[in-house]
Amino acid sequence: MLTKRIIPCLDVIGGRVVKGTSFTELRDAGDPVEQAAFYYQQGADELVFLDIGATPEGRDTMADVVEGVSEQVFIPLTVGGGLRSIDDMRRMLEAGADKTSINTAAVINHKIITEGAKRFGSQCIVVAIDARRVDDSPEPKWVVCTHGGREPTEIDAIEWAKQAVDCGAGEILLTSWDEDGQQTGYDLELTRTISEAVTVPVIASGGAGNLEHLYEALVTGKADAVLAASIFHYRTYSIREAKEYLAERGIPIRL
Amino acid sequence: MIAIIDYGAGNLRSVTNALVKLGYQPKVTSEASDVLNANAVIFPGVGAAPDTVRNLRKSGLDDVIRQVIRENRPLLAICVGMQVLLSVTEEYGLNECLGVIPGVVKRLPSGLKVPHMGWNQVKQVTNHPIFNGIADGSNFYFVHSYYAEPDDARVVAGTTEYSVPLCSVLIKDSLIATQFHPEKSGELGLRMYDNFLKMAGVEG
Repeated sequence: MLTKRIIPCLDVIGGRVVKGTSFTELRDAGDPVEQAAFYYQQGADELVFLDIGATPEGRDTMADVVEGVSEQVFIPLTVGGGLRSIDDMRRMLEAGADKTSINTAAVINHKIITEGAKRFGSQCIVVAIDARRVDDSPEPKWVVCTHGGREPTEIDAIEWAKQAVDCGAGEILLTSWDEDGQQTGYDLELTRTISEAVTVPVIASGGAGNLEHLYEALVTGKADAVLAASIFHYRTYSIREAKEYLAERGIPIRL
Repeated sequence: MIAIIDYGAGNLRSVTNALVKLGYQPKVTSEASDVLNANAVIFPGVGAAPDTVRNLRKSGLDDVIRQVIRENRPLLAICVGMQVLLSVTEEYGLNECLGVIPGVVKRLPSGLKVPHMGWNQVKQVTNHPIFNGIADGSNFYFVHSYYAEPDDARVVAGTTEYSVPLCSVLIKDSLIATQFHPEKSGELGLRMYDNFLKMAGVEG
């Protein structure tokens, strides 16, 4: 049986891992290669690196980071944050990434998904969606935010997810704008709605504060994988603890 | 010498990194002479099978791979590298492959999340040194939308359940092929590369 994946996310700026509750309060939290190796040893199923600076200089250092990590860590590596073009994607894949995550660039130009899938295969193209709940809507509704979540659009998140898959996305990395950083649980309704709407795997992101939240996202949210940053960064839980907890509760997990 | 076949696609870097980590010094090459003189050949694959077949034909590496298999030299084919060894694939219509292993490459059934992406168990059907130190039912990393169905069930050495039981390890004489990616399957994946190279008699 296919197991559910537990994916720690490393936020990177200028070649260093950073931690912080808001963009203005970031603290240096070490060397990404060391951090990645640590998560790998603990049994992480995949790793995601997010360049939260998303600058052209950041891409250079990110490629170096990926190169270093891929020599030590033998699980799939996804890189995202500020990738704008097919060349940006190629650069990361050549450095040793297995998948590239695109967000704003895909919203602006859908062709980057199609072209990327054609050149590198759908499995290399993760479309990241930052979805923000529309409060005054009679039906549950979410819109897509771009530019690191700073710019809300009018685009319906569910429709966009379906369209991204039609264009060739191999996976959806779904972040709840409302829950991200809150540690009060994933947006289960959002996760479930998107997971049921698309035929590709969905990674739930944004809101994990405890292990029950991971369980809920996988069961109620029907996610194929869960991504978390803080609970693993701050050593609230180890990857192994998380996996043992989920396995005890009957989730298929690789231990 | 270990040759990793470079046909203009595939995750060569990951495979190279895995072998280097194990202490081997592989050569990434598109030269027929390198491949034919190697003690062990690795044929990686990522992407679409029809493109892979086209690239191989263009470079003449399709015949080189056939010769390696005909001469019964140690060859490890990975993912799409495995699929293109069969007769035909359903990917993008019906496309001819290398025809070394009679059988069809089929689309995973609908109603499932496709690609089949993540860690899944490999049930060992045969006792074989490629599984040395690897427990039956261990997890390996898969990412694929099509799967190989060889005509001859005797070549199926490992199976994995994803709604259908699919052939995840195929062995015929010195040819070993895996649908999963050992280079992305953690320590057990590295172990599998090491087993293959030890069987081929390559010194690390």
